[in-house]
Amino acid sequence: MAQETKKSREPRGEVIIDAERCKGCGFCIEFCPTEVLVFSTEFNTKGYHPPYAVKPEACTGCDLCGIYCPDFAVFGIRIKAVA
Amino acid sequence: MRADPKGVLTGPHFLDGDHACCEGALAAGCRFVAGYPITPSTEVVERIAGRFPSVGGIFIQMEDEIASSIAIQGAIWAGAKAMTVTSGPGFSLMMEHIGLAVMLEVPAVFVDVQRGGPSTGLPTLPGQADMMQARWGSHGDYEIIAISPNSPQECFDLTILAFNLAEEYRVPVMFMMDECVGHMTEKVLIPPADEIEVTPRRYTTKKPGEYLPYFTDGDMVPEMVKAGDGYRFHVTGLTHDERGYPAMNADCQEKLVRRLVDKIRKNADKIIRIEEEDTDGADVVVVSYGITSRVALRAIQMARADGIKVGHLRLITVWPFPENRVRQLAERIKAFVLPELNYGQVFLELQRVVEGKTKSYLVPHGGGTVHQPEVIYAQIKEAAK
Amino acid sequence: MNETNPVEQYLRMDRMPHIWCSGCGLGTTVNCFVRALEGCQIPLDNISVVSGIGCTGRVAGYLKLDSFHTTHGRPIPFATGLKLANPKLKVVVYSGDGDLIAIGGNHFIHAARRNIDITVICVNNFTYGMTGGQVTPTTPIDAIASTTPYGNFEEPFSLPYLADSAGAVYVARWTTYHIRHITKSIKEALQKKGFSFVEIISPCPTLYGRRNRLGDGLEMMKFYKENSSIKNGCDTREVGLGFKGPIVCGKFVDRERPSFLEMYNSKMAERIGSSFNPYEGIQ
Repeated sequence: MAQETKKSREPRGEVIIDAERCKGCGFCIEFCPTEVLVFSTEFNTKGYHPPYAVKPEACTGCDLCGIYCPDFAVFGIRIKAVA
Repeated sequence: MRADPKGVLTGPHFLDGDHACCEGALAAGCRFVAGYPITPSTEVVERIAGRFPSVGGIFIQMEDEIASSIAIQGAIWAGAKAMTVTSGPGFSLMMEHIGLAVMLEVPAVFVDVQRGGPSTGLPTLPGQADMMQARWGSHGDYEIIAISPNSPQECFDLTILAFNLAEEYRVPVMFMMDECVGHMTEKVLIPPADEIEVTPRRYTTKKPGEYLPYFTDGDMVPEMVKAGDGYRFHVTGLTHDERGYPAMNADCQEKLVRRLVDKIRKNADKIIRIEEEDTDGADVVVVSYGITSRVALRAIQMARADGIKVGHLRLITVWPFPENRVRQLAERIKAFVLPELNYGQVFLELQRVVEGKTKSYLVPHGGGTVHQPEVIYAQIKEAAK
Repeated sequence: MNETNPVEQYLRMDRMPHIWCSGCGLGTTVNCFVRALEGCQIPLDNISVVSGIGCTGRVAGYLKLDSFHTTHGRPIPFATGLKLANPKLKVVVYSGDGDLIAIGGNHFIHAARRNIDITVICVNNFTYGMTGGQVTPTTPIDAIASTTPYGNFEEPFSLPYLADSAGAVYVARWTTYHIRHITKSIKEALQKKGFSFVEIISPCPTLYGRRNRLGDGLEMMKFYKENSSIKNGCDTREVGLGFKGPIVCGKFVDRERPSFLEMYNSKMAERIGSSFNPYEGIQ
C-alpha cells in the first residue's frame, strides 16, 4: 500500500534537537506518541547516536520528548496555525 | 548598631550563667534557636523557650544535636541570627555542621557548656576538656573563634560579643562555658538597649547578577545574602569558587581554604580579647580561662603574699590564641603556669607558642570540680624558683 | 537553532552538562519539577531548594533558584530552619532515598510528625549511586548492591507507608515514566500546607540497573511502564515494593492537619492570651 499517498497535512509541532547534549538514552524515541524520532546513524562528539526526526510531519508539539529528556537535549514546540 | 530593646531585659538581675547566656543572645538580636536538651546546658534553651514568644523569636527543640546544628544554619540563610546550645556529647555530634558553617561562612553561635568527659562523663559537673575540640573538632583545615566566660555577667556580655564576631568574620563562634559558670548565680547587670552595640549582618548592596556569594575584596570576608531576595544564589559544602559552585580541584582548594584560615589568622589581633594583671615585671605569669581563672586569682593572691612577682593573663578569647603577647612575655619571664580542668589542652598551644624560650607548667585536673587554689599556688611557687 | 529549550531559564546553564549518567532519571524529574513550578505560579524568588549529598543531591546545584547543597542526610532540618525563620519562603527538599531515609531517617519522621510546611521530593533509585551503588533502606530483598554482593536480605521501608505513618499530609509515588503525574503531584505538594512527600522511582542504570541485570535506563523505564499501576487513595500498607515486582503508584494521602507554625501560633495564643503576637517570620 506504500504507493498510495496520504493526504498531506502540515505538522502541528516541531521537535528541536541539540545533538551535542544528547546521551543516547532513547527515552524520547520510545515515548514519542507519534513515532517521530529514531536513533540517528550519526554520532555526536560524545559518541552517542542522537535522535533524528524521521517523521517530522507527525510531530504534534506535545513536548513529551522534552519532559522525558534527562539531558535537556530535545524539546517539542507547537507551531502556530497559519490562518 | 544599637540592640533591639524588645530583647533587652534592662536592669539588675540575679541569674546563673545559662540564663544570662540566653539574655545575652536575646540582646544580641538572636531570634532563632534550635536545640536539644543536655545537662548542664538545658536551662539556656528552657529560658529561650519561655522568652522567645514575647520577643518574636522562634525556638524549636529538634530531634537531636545534628538537626539543631544545621537548622540554625537554615534560619541564618533566611536572615535570622541563630544559636544552638549543647554540652560535650552534643558538641561531638555537631562537629560535621560546625565544619559546614565554616565552609559556607555562616555566622552561627554554638554554645558548649562543658562538663566532665569523655563520653557521658559527669553531666552535672564542670570540665574544660572540649577546648581542643572547639579548635579542631571538625575535619579539615579551618580556624575558629572560641570565647570563655568566667561569670554569669560575662555569659551575658560575651554572648553578645560572640554574635558580633560571628557577623564580623562570617565564622561560627564557639561559646565555651562550663558547668560551674553555667550554674553559678551572680548579679548580672543588663544595660539599656542603646548602650549595647550589636553588629549587623554584612549584606551585599550589589544587585542580583552582580553579586557573587564568595567574592572577597581584600578583607577576606564575603558579603552575605538571604533566601528570597532574588539573588538565586547557590551554596555548597563542596570546595567552591566565588560563584558558590563546586570547583573540586587543588587550585580552588588552596585559594578557598587559605582564605578561610587567613580570614581569622590575619585578623587575629582584632579578634583576640585578653585581660592582663601585673604581667609587667612578673617572674611568673598564670595563664587561665573560664572558671579556673577565678580559682587562679586566689592562688595568685597567695603567691603575692609570699612576695612572688606573679602576673595573670586571662584568655577571654581562647581561639585564636594570643600568640604575639605570649611570645613577648616568654622573652622575659621565668615561667608560665597554666591551670585548666583537663590534662593539658590549651597548655599544648602555650608550649607550642613559647617554643621553649621559657618554662611552662601545666596544673591539670580531671574535672568534676574546680582546682584547689593551693595546688595552683604550689605550682606558682615552684615555677618562681 | 533559534529556539531555546524552555527549561533553560530555570537551570544554571553555566554548569551544564550535568554529571548524571545516560539513562538516569534525575534530569527527567527536574523537567517535571520545573513544569510544576510554572504551573503553580509561585514567584521563583520565593523558592528555596535544599539538597543533601548524592546524585539527587546535585539537583540543587543545577536549578537557578536559591539553593543549598548541605550535608548528607540533613536537608530536612536545614529546610526546617529556613522555613521557620521565613515562612514566606516556599522550601523544597530534593534528595535521594539513601540521604533522606537512611542517614536522614530521623529528621524525615520528625519533620513529618511536626507537619513542617515543606515539600520533600525523594528520588528513589534504590541505591547510593554517587558512591558506587551500595544498599539503601529501600533496596528490595534479593537485589544486588556493592555492599550486599550476595543479595540484600533486609526488609526495605515502603516510603509512602513511612511518610503516612509519620504524619505527612500529602503522600504520592510515581515513576519517571509518569511524567505528567509527577508534575501534577509536585504542583499539588507545593500548594499544600504541611509536610508533603513525593517519591519518584527512577532508574540508576549504571549501578542498580547493571548489577541487577535490569537493562539500561530505557529498559528500566519500559519496566516501570509495563509493571506499574495507579491506585489513588490506596492504603499505604499495601504499596511495598519487591525486587522486579509490581509498582503501585498514585496519590495515596491528601489530608488536612495544622502545620507546625499554625499549631505554634494557636497554642501560644491560647496559653499566653492577647499579648502574644502571632509569629509570621523573624522581623
